[in-house]
Parts: sequence; structure tokens; C-alpha cells
Amino acid sequence: MTYLPVDENGLITPQQVAEAIRPNTILITIRFANNEIGTIQPIAEIGKLVREKGIYFHTDAVQAIGNIAINVKDMNIDLMSMSAHKFYGPKGVGGLYIRKGVKLVSFMHGGAQERGRRASTENIAAIVGFGKAIELATANLDEYNKKIMALRDRTIDEVMKNIPFVKLNGHREKRLPGNANFSFQFIEGESLLLMLDMKGIAASSGSACTSGSLDPSHVLLAIGLPHEIAHGSLRLTFGDDNTDEDVNKLLEVLPVIVERLREMSPLYENVKRGNVNV
Amino acid sequence: MYSEKVMDHFMNPRNVGEIENADGIGEVGNAKCGDIMKMYLKIENNIIVDAKFKTFGCGAAVATSSMSTELVVGKTVDEALQITNKAVAEALDGLPPAKMHCSNLAEEAIRAAIEDYKRKNGLLDECDCATACGRRCDDIHHDHDHEFNEDDEE
Repeated sequence: MTYLPVDENGLITPQQVAEAIRPNTILITIRFANNEIGTIQPIAEIGKLVREKGIYFHTDAVQAIGNIAINVKDMNIDLMSMSAHKFYGPKGVGGLYIRKGVKLVSFMHGGAQERGRRASTENIAAIVGFGKAIELATANLDEYNKKIMALRDRTIDEVMKNIPFVKLNGHREKRLPGNANFSFQFIEGESLLLMLDMKGIAASSGSACTSGSLDPSHVLLAIGLPHEIAHGSLRLTFGDDNTDEDVNKLLEVLPVIVERLREMSPLYENVKRGNVNV
Repeated sequence: MYSEKVMDHFMNPRNVGEIENADGIGEVGNAKCGDIMKMYLKIENNIIVDAKFKTFGCGAAVATSSMSTELVVGKTVDEALQITNKAVAEALDGLPPAKMHCSNLAEEAIRAAIEDYKRKNGLLDECDCATACGRRCDDIHHDHDHEFNEDDEE
């Protein structure tokens, strides 16, 4: 197993993939887009070169599908994982796209369901929900994205302009339409979330998968943030129901909360005295 | 989930700030672990007359800082040294298990500030300087007693 490191924006390059291929490589799997920092990988370019080498190409597109346009044929994707709850479908149902001709060995035995690929009775209601949800999510994708990208871009631009000692995590352009992720120096993420929550704003600092952990996000560490800055991260996700008013409110309360927490922080004292390198 | 008292001390922390010419200053934790607590004490005739804090950390870290400043004021130096992490947590109606290390930090901040006071005043015994020096995150998360039970497991 070879793991590829990412750059400071969370990106890998097709060259990295090409150079990592060995004679016995049978599968390459790249996550389409990152859940925390929103960075979208160059899947089409990677798919092309992987196909030319005759290796299977899998992508975990759970964060991407229903949010950005994906064409498995054009992108030379052989296998693609999906989950309905990421595009307003029911929780507990997902899917695996399998390109015609790709043969998989079943890992759940005891029944011939799904043509022998996965034993056990199908959850039909959830599957129908998956189908309807992806239909709705992709029907007006361009229009939907235009709307939430405007909310996201205004948020990113204003936060970067109005709050000092802040860093945008993830690539500025190659990112999921609804994702914004910041690190605010000298403060800690949970405090930020609690104060936002008290103002009626739901956000997160890492991913739900790691909310029980006290360590900073492994994603933020992987893009090179030091621990103390990774601790002060805020992940905002914009969706269908968000409005301009929501962004107005966020932009009104966020700078006040950040300043309030910084006033409380011993790390900020030195900055105010002007004797620290930041 | 935090208790109402924790949220109150987090949203309205008591005694935030610095004391000019403090008699004792203690700073514990480190930025890498995600929490730093700095405590300032004003001590007159061996009695703590004022306490202030600055904290970088989670909700529980801020709340335990706030509570411990309330607990130490009016106490003698020796009484303040008897304040345990458990007492701080109990005064806040409990902390979630994963956040108990924050109360260790509060206890250590009090000790460090008093140690600093003693050092400045030539009162420090040889063996007093035990607990409050640079720990690793793991130490803070795993030592002291963690039997404190909280119904809410998140």
C-alpha cells in the first residue's frame, strides 16, 4: 500500500500518482473531494492515466456527488462510492458504481441478492429515497451551485478581509461549492463552535467521525498546519436552505466572537504587545 | 454535553484578564494540546485577595478557569493548594469524561501560580516544585483520577 502526501491545499497531482505506480499495482483509490477542507482532486486527469496503465480506479465520491458534476465515463472511473445523506437523501443507504466489466468478489455471503454481489435483503425504501434524492440534487445542479457558491465566496472574502490572523484551508478555487474552512490563530475551535451555536449558527471544527477525539484534525495536520493553528479551525457548510441573511448574520457575529475569545487567550497577549512573529 | 453551570461560566466567564504586578503567575498546558491556562494571583498576608485568568482552550477549559478563580479568592495559600481537580469539576456540576483533563489543568494552574508566589518570596521548599511543569498531552489526558462519571456520553 502506498499513501500519497498532499500539498498545502490538500491536493495531489497526477504526476504523483504516475510515479507511485508499481508493476504489481492493482488498484488506485483517490478521494474525489475532502469533507473538511473541500479540496477537489484532479480526478479526470488521474482517471485518464490510470486507465492507460490498465489499473482499476476507485474514487470515494461521497462528498462530491450531488454537489459537483461527475461523469464516470469521461473521468474513467471504474468504481465510485456514494452515500445518500450527503445529497439530502435518507441516512443509512449508499451505493457503489461498478463499471460494466469490472468483476468484484462479494464480501457478504449467504444470499444471491444484487446479483450475488452483496448478500442480504435490500432496503428498498431507502434505495428509492437514494434514487429520488440524487435525481433532485442533480436536476438543477448548476443553478444550485451558483447560489451556494455566491454565499460561500462572500463568506470567504469577507472573513479574510475583516478578521486578522486567519487562514483559509483548502484550495481557493478547486473546492466544494458549499465548503469554507478557516483557521483562526490564538483560539480553540470548540469555544468558537459553542459561541456560534449560542447565536444559532451550526458549524463544526473537524469531521463528525472525529468529534470524540481531542486531537486536531488529521486533515489539517496533513496540509502542514501546526497543532496550535489546527486547533482553531472552523468548518462551515452551505446548503440548500441557506440565504444571504444567514451569511449577513454570520459575518456580523463571527468577528465579535473571534475577538472575544482572543481577548481571553494568553497566546494573543504577545501579539497585542507587538512582539511575536505571526 | 456541558452542564448549565459550565455553559454559564463559559459564556460569562468570571475574572478574565491580567493582574498588574501579580504576586503569583502560573501558566500550564501547551498550545499543541489545545489548551493553555494562565492564572494571576494577588496575595496579601497569605490570603488570595484577587485572581484573574487568560485561557486558550475549549469550553470546559474556559469554564474551569473561571470557576477556579472563584474558588481561590478568599482562601489562604495552603487552602488553595488543597483544591483538587475534582472539586473544580464538582463545582461546575460535572464535566464530560473526555474533558476531565481540563480540570487537571485548573488545579495545576493554581499550584503553578502559588509556586511562583512562593519562589518570589523565598517560601519555596525544595520538594514543592512537582506537578506543574511541561507535560505531554497524553499525561494530561490520562493521569489523576478519571472516575468522575457523567450521564451524558458523547
